[in-house]
Amino acid sequence: MNNRTTVERTSDRELVATRTLDGPARLVFEAWTKPELIMRWWAPKSFGISFLSCETDVRTGGSYRFVFGHAASEQPMAFFGRYIEVTPPSRIVWTNEEDEDGAVTTVTFEEKDGKTRVVVHDLYPSKEALDGAIASESTGAWPEQFEALDDLLTTLGASV
Amino acid sequence: MVQYITTRLDASFAALSDATRRGVLERLGRSDASITELADKFHMTLTGMKKHVGVLEQAGLVATEKVGRVRTCRLGLRRLEEEAAWIEGHRQLWDARFDALDKVVEELKRKEKVDE
Repeated sequence: MNNRTTVERTSDRELVATRTLDGPARLVFEAWTKPELIMRWWAPKSFGISFLSCETDVRTGGSYRFVFGHAASEQPMAFFGRYIEVTPPSRIVWTNEEDEDGAVTTVTFEEKDGKTRVVVHDLYPSKEALDGAIASESTGAWPEQFEALDDLLTTLGASV
Repeated sequence: MVQYITTRLDASFAALSDATRRGVLERLGRSDASITELADKFHMTLTGMKKHVGVLEQAGLVATEKVGRVRTCRLGLRRLEEEAAWIEGHRQLWDARFDALDKVVEELKRKEKVDE
């Protein structure tokens, strides 16, 4: 079984993550949709994120809201959107509305011989939106933030 | 993916097909420069140089940043490295998620067996 996780930028606007899990699609679907199960895997501890709350209304047109706490931030982070399509146990499509340039995510579960191949596909509204997501979160953005902080400290120091 | 890389390579080769643009890359390899400096060096109008820089920027070979009224150009390869680093970070996130999801699915499977 190939259980490697792959992530690729497949076009200007698309990002795809894949993995094969050892279980039938209906159980993967269940783990992907029930809040008490989502809370056990969606926010990995190793990333310093923990769930504060998790609400899902998994049906076409239903909405979801995940709220996380992060060790490095006092402000909780909310992620929310709507389910555009729900087809148990093979397909879920949802919006990511916490960001106006957020992607539309499609996850598919393909079962074969008791294993399930999971494909998570993010489609961003434009090349700029995905480039922006990469730039804002990449470590490369930090020097600029430090520069801004430096400038601020200099200004504050000068005014004392 | 292959299609995407091919498109990027096409853009890169198109950008490199022009002697002035190759010169600009060589110049930026020594140090960052403003559009005005580049236009002077290559005896061109600002508008002409902006077009060349635009083509290089589209291909990801040059990155520009506007500070005040000056637009500074630098080699853009760093952006590709940043993208690769970001994608690897994203992969690690999904890897950690899928590892945890695997355990949840494993547990659901065991429960089903017990219930049978």
